[in-house]
Amino acid sequence: MDDIDRTIINRLQEGFPICPAPYQRVAETLNISEQELLERLQILLDSGILSRFGPMFHAEHMGGALTLAALKVPEDNYDTIAETINAFPEVAHNYARKHLLNMWFVLATETPVQIQQVITQIETQTKLTVYNMPKIQEYFVGLKLEA
Amino acid sequence: MIEAIDLQLVAAVQEGLPIASRPYALIAEQLNLDEAEVISRLAKLKQQGLIKRLGVIVKHRRLGYQSNAMVVFNIPDALVNQMGQQVSQFQFINLCYQRPRHGEHWPYNLFCMIHGKSREKVQQQLSYLIESCALENYAHDILFSRRCFKQRGAVYFPTPVTANK
Repeated sequence: MDDIDRTIINRLQEGFPICPAPYQRVAETLNISEQELLERLQILLDSGILSRFGPMFHAEHMGGALTLAALKVPEDNYDTIAETINAFPEVAHNYARKHLLNMWFVLATETPVQIQQVITQIETQTKLTVYNMPKIQEYFVGLKLEA
Repeated sequence: MIEAIDLQLVAAVQEGLPIASRPYALIAEQLNLDEAEVISRLAKLKQQGLIKRLGVIVKHRRLGYQSNAMVVFNIPDALVNQMGQQVSQFQFINLCYQRPRHGEHWPYNLFCMIHGKSREKVQQQLSYLIESCALENYAHDILFSRRCFKQRGAVYFPTPVTANK
């Protein structure tokens, strides 16, 4: 990854035009050709530095639901439980964190009622209590990381 | 209520835009629409806030952000909105939410994410945050992630979206 890649990543985290030739427009502001931008983006995606190039949706406005949930998992059973959790297509992220509550995951479902259904399934399969922590209030979501 | 065409559009773009000169034309072709309609509908979805942001989604670990910390505080309910807004002003705060407490094991109600390149840096930022916002008197905890098992964009339509949905 070089400086041009970094500039592309930083610039495109801020947004992307909705017009017939959006890459052309972005390329102009970066002083590179459209072809170069497309090639570099493809490489960044293929190499896994970018996970996706596209929209971030507002799940709740879409009729869907999101929640953050945590589990208290016995250490010697951790990997098995992680596999069980990750097998659910509704699990978008799953992180091990150092705390009594040591497994944290995000659930994304098409409807709010499905959140509770998935939680019940998880509790049945893991025999552990899910700590459900849906957002009550959002103060800021502006995840932008300088490359 | 979201129109059926918009749902199809969302399903078509949720995994990412085509990396091609006319990305919206390619999406249009797939949905039997014309390019102008795709553009105007996407612009409308963005304006309505259904699309929060259009752009790149980075794998933060691959960019060197190895130390991602969830920082949590126990703030009195009457103050949590005010503190949440104050904390959100800091550049290094990537996300900030109020979430429910869960008894004695989890007394925290204000959740922030700090993505950092080192734990030391994140600790410094946290100290600065606590000092600047006078958070010394509230219990807090910092939960660094140890392993990431799964990370993907949320898929809102795991099943193909049909026109009559």
